[in-house]
Amino acid sequence: MAEESILSIEKLRLSYGELEVLKGVDFDLAKSELAFLIGPSGSGKSSLLRCCNRLEEPSAGRVIVDGEEVTAPGVNLNQLRRRIGMVFQSFNLYPHLTALGNVTLALRKVLKKSRVEADDIACSVLERVGLKDKAGSYPNALSGGQQQRVAIARALALEPAIMLFDEPTSALDPELVNDVLAVMRELRETGMTMLVVSHEMGFARSAADRVAFMEDGVIVEQGSAEQIFGDPNCDRTRAFVRQIAH
Amino acid sequence: MSAWERFLDTFFNWAVITEYLPALGQGVLVTCQLAVAVVLTGLALGLGMALLRAYRFWAVNFVIVIFVDILRALPPLVLILILYFGLPNIGVTFSGFTVVWLVLSLVLAAFAEEIYWAGVLSVDQGQWLAARSTGLGFGQALIFVVLPQAMRMTIPPITNRTIAITKYTAIGMVVGVGEVLGQATTAQSFSGNASPLMAGALIYVALFLPLVVLSRWIEKRFAWRRA
Amino acid sequence: MEQLIQQFFNVDLMIEAAPLLLQGLGTTLLLCLAVVPLGLAGGLGVALAGTSRMRWLRIATMVFVDFFRAIPPLVLLIFVYSGLPFAGVQLDPFSAVCIAFLLNNSAYYGEIFRAGIESIGGGQRLAARSTGLSAWQSMRYVVLPQATRNVLPDLMSNTVEVVKLTSLASVVSLQELLYSADMARSITYNASPIVLAALMYLALLWPMIRLVARFERRLGASAGI
Ligand SMILES: Nc1ncnc2c1ncn2[C@@H]1O[C@H](COP(=O)(O)OP(=O)(O)OP(=O)(O)O)[C@@H](O)[C@H]1O
Ligand SMILES: [Mg+2]
Repeated sequence: MAEESILSIEKLRLSYGELEVLKGVDFDLAKSELAFLIGPSGSGKSSLLRCCNRLEEPSAGRVIVDGEEVTAPGVNLNQLRRRIGMVFQSFNLYPHLTALGNVTLALRKVLKKSRVEADDIACSVLERVGLKDKAGSYPNALSGGQQQRVAIARALALEPAIMLFDEPTSALDPELVNDVLAVMRELRETGMTMLVVSHEMGFARSAADRVAFMEDGVIVEQGSAEQIFGDPNCDRTRAFVRQIAH
Repeated sequence: MSAWERFLDTFFNWAVITEYLPALGQGVLVTCQLAVAVVLTGLALGLGMALLRAYRFWAVNFVIVIFVDILRALPPLVLILILYFGLPNIGVTFSGFTVVWLVLSLVLAAFAEEIYWAGVLSVDQGQWLAARSTGLGFGQALIFVVLPQAMRMTIPPITNRTIAITKYTAIGMVVGVGEVLGQATTAQSFSGNASPLMAGALIYVALFLPLVVLSRWIEKRFAWRRA
Repeated sequence: MEQLIQQFFNVDLMIEAAPLLLQGLGTTLLLCLAVVPLGLAGGLGVALAGTSRMRWLRIATMVFVDFFRAIPPLVLLIFVYSGLPFAGVQLDPFSAVCIAFLLNNSAYYGEIFRAGIESIGGGQRLAARSTGLSAWQSMRYVVLPQATRNVLPDLMSNTVEVVKLTSLASVVSLQELLYSADMARSITYNASPIVLAALMYLALLWPMIRLVARFERRLGASAGI
């Protein structure tokens, strides 16, 4: 690739026991690119994201993030993982820690920062997602949109080279979705590389550089948002897009 | 003597009670020492085993499960008698105190391991994913993210089980430990009066009733949290 | 090692002691047949009283339960067996064990049943009453069956504890399994008979413990989502 590639996935395969859910996925993401990954339920989108930081162990293929091969044996996975931010559909905030505690935990335990230093970083990141005044709140005292923004801050604080989003807004009430999308838009403007699994077509049209359609463990087709949503090459893509448009 | 006076004389004879009060006081001390020792070693060992089990070494887990099952299935008194009377025959002599401490610690450890492990399992998988995705190692995720949440939900069952097992320290009388019940039964047979036994029973109530009330409070508080 | 086997796993001695121990095992089982149903019945009564609409009854029940949860069962047993005779109440060991355990077990089973009853929402009772069932009928036919099923694992694991507790009867010279084993031990000066008793307890209780574990896992799995 000509541009600097941040994420590169090559012939990736993954099985859960007998069931093969990724059947040779190839995918590249350039620096500062925002790509959308869409596809029907069970097509393997979450699995693909989890292979990118080896939360799932692929059976074959390679994943390279920012020049380092994640799938190589003997890599320092924990140092690599903190460079790959991940945001979950159900937030997965630590309920026993405050918003601040959620953000500082990895800063202190993985990056070995002092408490003061970690608090400083966390405060500025929480400010960035618009939650400076919620630093002392526990997750159960926050709305879904606020929780998801704390989760984004938790990943962001570790200065990732790329952020992976797994349906970040699909557990949210409609009126809270925009808060989260606004944060993601701001991230994009600052040049963050992002891979987003989501069916927010409006956001995809306005922000995505590329949309990839995945089905049955392979990426079937990719192109601009305009093309995939308006005039896809594949019938299956067309059928799926028509479904989610309604 | 009226029936009521006879009753008082038999069960609440102050003269007899004062005579044996020092012995009973000694018994309280021993009971408390034994209880504290059992709780500390039992809970620590149980927690240690539960953490070890999280690493899922096949052989280690097998041993832990067998250990837990056996200690849950056997009456503690059986183990106490085996160790107390059996060990001297192979040249190892433990005091009654040591044997009771050892056996009850192991029993508490077995129950605690099971409760803590169930707590660890009940923590949502997403917590592990989130923790590991930020670069925390397995042990770090376990200690800083999963365990604190597991602990919170295990507090009520752990409290109940701990109270039940510390109450069992009264079994020490069988192997001459000299805790409250031991002192009380000795005093009863010396004095030919049931008052020391009544006093002993009341001492147990005084020792454990606050704990039972505490456990009730804990249960309510945590049930309310969940709702 | 040789000595260890000799002192703890002496098969000859075990075989010799086996008839005595089997007799003791019979008494243990008989004792269980008495104290488990007694405890369950007492516990049910305690739970009904504890969830009653009468405030004073609820409070009295709570005092009863907490008192008997605070007092060690062995203390209770010894009090009933060797304290009451001073008041002219002479009981044989079997009755003494039954009475002491009835008090102790009612408190524990009672707490379990109460938790079960409280786990059934008021809606069930309302629905039952709306179809014309009496208060007692809705309790008996609607609430209790569900409540019992919800706390079945707890009832079972408490029953394991009750069976284990029967070994305390040996302290008041009731010739159950552990008493017989200890008698054999004092005759032979060898711990093997007690080890044999331990094996018998294992054979009796291990299947039950495994069963409870299975139950708990099944319930836990469905409750997790
Ligand atoms: N831990 C697991 N064990 C076994 N099978 C799994 C596991 N996780 C996912 N699967 C299976 O793998 C397939 C792909 O799952 P995945 O979660 O990646 O799909 P997805 O595209 O993210 O779907 P959704 O839109 O519903 O989130 C599904 O068939 C799913 O049942
Ligand atoms: Mg998914």
